[in-house]
Amino acid sequence: MAIGDQPKYKVIGTRPIRHDGVDKVTGRAQYGADVNLSGMLHGVIVRSPHAHARIKQIDTSAASQIKGVRAIATAADLPHQGDRIVELGEGSANMRHLSANVLARDKVLYRGHAVAAVAADSIHLAEEAAKLIHVEYEPLPALLDVREAMQPDAIVLNDDIRTESIGAEPAADQPTNIAKHFLFEKGDLSQGFAAADVIVERDFDTTMVHQGYIEPHNATVLWNADDRITIWMSTQGTFSARHQTAELLRVPLSSVKVVPMEIGGGFGGKISVYLTPVAAVLSRKSGRPVKVVMSRADVFEATGPTPGSHIKLKIGATRDGKLTAGEAWIAFEAGAYTGSPIGPACMCIFACYDLPNGRVEGFDVCVNKPRTNAYRAPGSTHAAFATETLVDELCEKIEMDPAEFRLRNAASEGTRRVDGPTYPRIGMIETVEAIRDSDHYRSKRKGKFRGRGIASGFWFNVGMKSSVSATLNGDGTVSLIEGSTDIGGTRTSIAMQLAETLGIAAEDVTPTVVDTDSIGYTDVTGGSRVTFSTGIAAIEAAKDIQRQLLEQVAQIWETNIHNVRYESGGVSGADGQRMELAEVAAQVSATGCPIVGRGTSGKQTQGGAFGTHCVDVEVDPELGKVQILRYTAAQDAGTAIHPSYVEGQIQGGVVQGIGWALNEEYYYDDQGTMRNPTYLDYRMPTCYDVPMIDTIIVEVPDPQHPYGVRGVGEVPICPPPAAIANAIYDAVGVRMTQLPMSPPRLYQQISQRDSAE
Amino acid sequence: MSLKQHITTTINGDPVEFLCEPRQTLLEVLRDTLELTGTKEGCSNGNCGACTVILDGRPVVSCLVLAVEVEGAEIQTIEGVARGAHLDEIQTAFLEGAALQCGICTPGFIMQTEALLTENPRPTEEDIRFYLAGNLCRCTGYDKIVRAVQSAAKMRNQSETSPTEA
Repeated sequence: MAIGDQPKYKVIGTRPIRHDGVDKVTGRAQYGADVNLSGMLHGVIVRSPHAHARIKQIDTSAASQIKGVRAIATAADLPHQGDRIVELGEGSANMRHLSANVLARDKVLYRGHAVAAVAADSIHLAEEAAKLIHVEYEPLPALLDVREAMQPDAIVLNDDIRTESIGAEPAADQPTNIAKHFLFEKGDLSQGFAAADVIVERDFDTTMVHQGYIEPHNATVLWNADDRITIWMSTQGTFSARHQTAELLRVPLSSVKVVPMEIGGGFGGKISVYLTPVAAVLSRKSGRPVKVVMSRADVFEATGPTPGSHIKLKIGATRDGKLTAGEAWIAFEAGAYTGSPIGPACMCIFACYDLPNGRVEGFDVCVNKPRTNAYRAPGSTHAAFATETLVDELCEKIEMDPAEFRLRNAASEGTRRVDGPTYPRIGMIETVEAIRDSDHYRSKRKGKFRGRGIASGFWFNVGMKSSVSATLNGDGTVSLIEGSTDIGGTRTSIAMQLAETLGIAAEDVTPTVVDTDSIGYTDVTGGSRVTFSTGIAAIEAAKDIQRQLLEQVAQIWETNIHNVRYESGGVSGADGQRMELAEVAAQVSATGCPIVGRGTSGKQTQGGAFGTHCVDVEVDPELGKVQILRYTAAQDAGTAIHPSYVEGQIQGGVVQGIGWALNEEYYYDDQGTMRNPTYLDYRMPTCYDVPMIDTIIVEVPDPQHPYGVRGVGEVPICPPPAAIANAIYDAVGVRMTQLPMSPPRLYQQISQRDSAE
Repeated sequence: MSLKQHITTTINGDPVEFLCEPRQTLLEVLRDTLELTGTKEGCSNGNCGACTVILDGRPVVSCLVLAVEVEGAEIQTIEGVARGAHLDEIQTAFLEGAALQCGICTPGFIMQTEALLTENPRPTEEDIRFYLAGNLCRCTGYDKIVRAVQSAAKMRNQSETSPTEA
């Protein structure tokens, strides 16, 4: 640091111990499954063994005879939804589909689809009773392939789905599996390709993968005699869970209270509700609180993984390395009901580049697999796998360094994306420069069957709504109340922003996440939004505290409020008076009014996040196995509030991306049964599979946030599959276009190439 | 349903008696009967390590141990790691090194690390990664966990060699 070069902030950029840390290293933290209430029953869900079948009859009589069985529920116990479309904060939802996903009404659409539930005195009794619930099915053919499902003669899963066209020509008014059809265009595609010296095109396939959070879904619900419903659960969004549950039960929103328990990972998968309405019905029928916890197989088979995809991609560039045109065709498996992240995928596929001419077409397609849901930068990883692999191939053809190519074409402030929006200040260029200048990228590549690849990625980041209230205590500390459930240390990143604004230590702020009756509306912990948006709310709450303090101190000093100001953790007067925050707090708490700051935020967007990664791999050509030797990830964090947790988000995202790249997949048989619904067979990365993940935090502040924060959670998962594919090519000369690049697939590609030579 | 069995065992140094059905796992009894919910359930088939406890000196996944098997055994759980109000070096290293995000896998990792450092007080990075490979973490990418284990080993070794240590 140069002489006189002071750090900009006192708290921001430091690494305090997280406020909930001690509870989490001692086992005291209470997660959803740890809830235990007086008189509590245990619920078990009966699930479909078929991927596609009509429900003929459900016979619960034998189960209900068992002593200790207190309630049984089927879809008949849930209210009919009609054709309602309800805005649920994170987009609109077809309530009939949402309800049928919670308990199937007439058809099951995937293996693991819930059809009934039972509550009993013990989990073992409930499991025994569940086995006695007899469901008669008429099996139907399982539709598992996204392209087959798009054929005009394909069997249709949902007879109420018509294609919704966004930018595309309206479709015929008839039942279909194609729920959405997107089309985005920019410039003149044929002119763009005509101007290209080199054009590359390939098809890419990815399989369904799961978020893989270690804590299974859970819900404990008490439907009280006064018709007030209390839910204890692990969720990414208490208000979203409340809204979904109230709509599914058709009860007033205000009659439902959601109490957030600690949450053991989410990554987008713990937003939709699965268990709460079922446990609520069981509770209403039994008059007792009911707890339901999913098994690991249930989590794989019956929650919301991210879709498998088929992507056709074509890009062209001039010999001196300027992109001229890009065309993408993307089909996503929505699963049983509409709702895959096809929209974001279409917006992300060229988002890293200043592409003059582009066309992107996307389809959301129902298949007999679980209804897909958000997973860390939903849709963007699929897109990046295709684009970044083809960009690498283009670089090879025009013999240009891939970092140099990215710098020549990088999106920057003012670039218009193919889907329309124009970027504000963003840091794509800076992340590429960080990789280009890194020790890793500048180091020599050594050894046979070793290779290096780079790739970039983009995620929007969202703003949305947050509320915070903050009480100034008599000792000058602050109790901070928030509605954002904390998955990865956001209590601390929010508290630090409040502390910075008040000029106090992070440790002098005590953050607490509270239930939906105890704080203002707050959107989900998702979209990389909490440190950004709830952070803004906390800064506003701190400013509100300052305003109230100044009013009261002005009275104490018998002066005009314009003569007092808040600075450096205390109040100063025009005549040199000074009171530190602790002194003011003591005096105000003795003689004045309580000081409670409030802050809200409701920005819709953030500036967007970019990352560029570099990876070295070694391939065993006889086994097709890939070993990650070295990994460096550069990411624009805007301003890193708590650098350790920024690094942690990057490292965690990278390793999820490595798992997606090399191992993870939903492996289906032709009956639509997932054959690997255990961690052993699904095979997420262990610590023995990966090296240390080096991080480079780039800081290009987002002007929309007072301290320049950009969300960091999602974008790090986007580059790894493409970076690894490019490194594999560098190592052994085969282009991998299918995920995962598992040993059998890679071995097959290598041996095909060898036999062709 | 079989008759409940009476089991006498030692948990975190204290004698403990409980009744259990033969089909109940140690994990279920710890969490539901004894209310020691610090031990977490992630998969219930021995794949994730979240329920790791130390049984007669060996780390085990408690979801694969039947409760009736612990008659006469000594068990250590996450609740017994801190010495009174003082955190153990491993807990401190996890906190200071930001080696947890959601925290659900943390008790299992801490127990597995306890076993590792007892067996091998000076593990290499390779030793650590191999020994902890049965514990899944989905949030951290393992980087900070491995570093926390290295740092905990260092703290322990320093305090053992320190002449001022009473």
